[in-house]
Amino acid sequence: MYAGGGWLRKREPVVALDHVSFTIADDRPSITAIAGESGSGKTTLGHLLLGHLSPSSGQVLYHGKDLARMTADERMQFRRAVQPIFQDPFAAFNPFYRVDHVLRQPIRRFHLADGDRPAARLIDEALEMVGLRPKETLGRFPHQLSGGQRQRIMVARALLCRPKVILADEPVSMVDASLRATILASLQRLNQEFGISVVYITHDLTTAYQISDNIIILYRGSVAEAGSVERVVQEPQHPYTQLLISSIPVPDRKRRWVGEDLPDADAAPARQSVGCKFAPRCKSVMDVCWQQPPPLYQTSPDRVAACFLYQHNPILPTTDVAQAFA
Amino acid sequence: MTDVLRVEDLAVYYLSPNGPIKAVDGVSFVLKAGERLGLIGESGSGKTTMGTALMRLTRPPGQIVRGQVQLHGRDLLAVSEKELSHIRLREIALVPQGAMNALNPVMRIREQIVDGILAHEGDLSRRDLAERVAQALARVGMPATLADRFPHELSGGQKQRVAIAIATMLNPMVIVADEPTSALDVVVQRQVMLTLGRVQEGLGAAVILIGHDMGLMAQFADTIGVLYAGKLVEYGPIDDVLEAPRHPYTRLLVESLPKLDAKHELRGIPGLPPALLNLAPGCPFAPRCPHAFERCHIETPLLQDLAAEHRVACHLY
Repeated sequence: MYAGGGWLRKREPVVALDHVSFTIADDRPSITAIAGESGSGKTTLGHLLLGHLSPSSGQVLYHGKDLARMTADERMQFRRAVQPIFQDPFAAFNPFYRVDHVLRQPIRRFHLADGDRPAARLIDEALEMVGLRPKETLGRFPHQLSGGQRQRIMVARALLCRPKVILADEPVSMVDASLRATILASLQRLNQEFGISVVYITHDLTTAYQISDNIIILYRGSVAEAGSVERVVQEPQHPYTQLLISSIPVPDRKRRWVGEDLPDADAAPARQSVGCKFAPRCKSVMDVCWQQPPPLYQTSPDRVAACFLYQHNPILPTTDVAQAFA
Repeated sequence: MTDVLRVEDLAVYYLSPNGPIKAVDGVSFVLKAGERLGLIGESGSGKTTMGTALMRLTRPPGQIVRGQVQLHGRDLLAVSEKELSHIRLREIALVPQGAMNALNPVMRIREQIVDGILAHEGDLSRRDLAERVAQALARVGMPATLADRFPHELSGGQKQRVAIAIATMLNPMVIVADEPTSALDVVVQRQVMLTLGRVQEGLGAAVILIGHDMGLMAQFADTIGVLYAGKLVEYGPIDDVLEAPRHPYTRLLVESLPKLDAKHELRGIPGLPPALLNLAPGCPFAPRCPHAFERCHIETPLLQDLAAEHRVACHLY
């Protein structure tokens, strides 16, 4: 929540994220997608998970410990165990340093290797893991590498720390199509071979579907639908998820957009106090939708939907949507 | 169908101290009336350079070094500046990339629409102008009341639709749309593309859609041209190209697209697009091509007819 103030008037706080709970299991490495459009709160969520922001209410717990109450030692461990990969591979590098710098830094910081030679070996291994040839990569300056190469270096850097979780915020949205698949495949590989869980924050449901096990769909800061990615993408239940999926331009001439009129996104007021946030754009809107926010209904063992259309289903007993993960 | 636009051996180089960077190098195609052509390419393939050159808006260090852009039989690259300013907007119009930045932030929408009308048609009465503005906005599905707003008061989708309204208000025959939805969310993207399609059909205009998203091309275009390192490597009806891509680059590109109906192994194209400075002879894709043979490294393949309307630049054929 962000409450801005000004000289002349006090602003209403903007609720970027509202009652969102989930867990990433330690024992079963998974890939969880957090998907939503701009303004859905997905990047805010990423910053909260990394401890860059503190929540207005609620907690982020790592192995049961609240990020806000960690000792310096615990925080250090946390920072090693949860590694970020950001959207912009151009902004993540200091242009004055060779790319080696960004790889050596975590080794020094977290004492990952004794001496230069083991460190160099560690770096070589990590680069090869993401499909880069160390000889052609090391010793270069960032501007000598493409966006795809830089982003793979960031993946290699994360891998060096042998993390428990990688948080990737739109890692491929600035990378060309032919290289996108390579980077996503390397994330998948880290998950399968090293048992690293990945939180994949994205607006792109197609890639989310391809690499994730579970997905959380956010709409204006609230969970609209969550569960196994197979179920949510193949048979979306929330009207918002349905709208999103039917709007994806698929490269398939047999599945073309139908030219019906869409609910105007601009018709929806930016803020709302009560009721379902999607109600102003929803085709299936009912009276109840305006009166209170919908709880999470468990429509099947591996999916929840926050929509009154499914009110004959049981309400999820906790707010933790991971209860519905596959 | 009649041909509206004929591009012949167009080449645009960026002049640098180390030699020319051949961003567009010998591109030819013909656009028919009412046709929707998609030009797809990765960053650095020359697609935006191509779009600006079609409007003759190339700025230094870029330079159109040769070629013709024939619009209704008149070469846009040869006409005088004055003539060109009559042709732009009225006959060929650009929907620029990122309408967020294309609109003037300190002018109301009305003034920005009126600007083009006044430039082309001289003085009109205030009432006529108001009517034209309302018409232009109605065409893209927006209320006339929006005309008195400033760009920052509109959402991204609305701004992009205003840009379409401005580009189409003088009923051009050719609309060049350069990544018109690149910063928009999918739902809004669909809305903007459907709007563009509706306006285009209403006008009977041809559209050149420039972009990098094969999905968007599949949804919108009739014909597709694939650009690689400044050259057209494949050109044909979108159904044929998606169904049976012939150029190895197109094939790998289509295969690398993530699908929504079933999970599959993700595979990219190995290697990197070439640097356009001092490009080695031969096919620009050869270093990444799984089918490359000796000839590919020596001789640049030319675009040749493979089937009706389907052309490929590859030594395999």
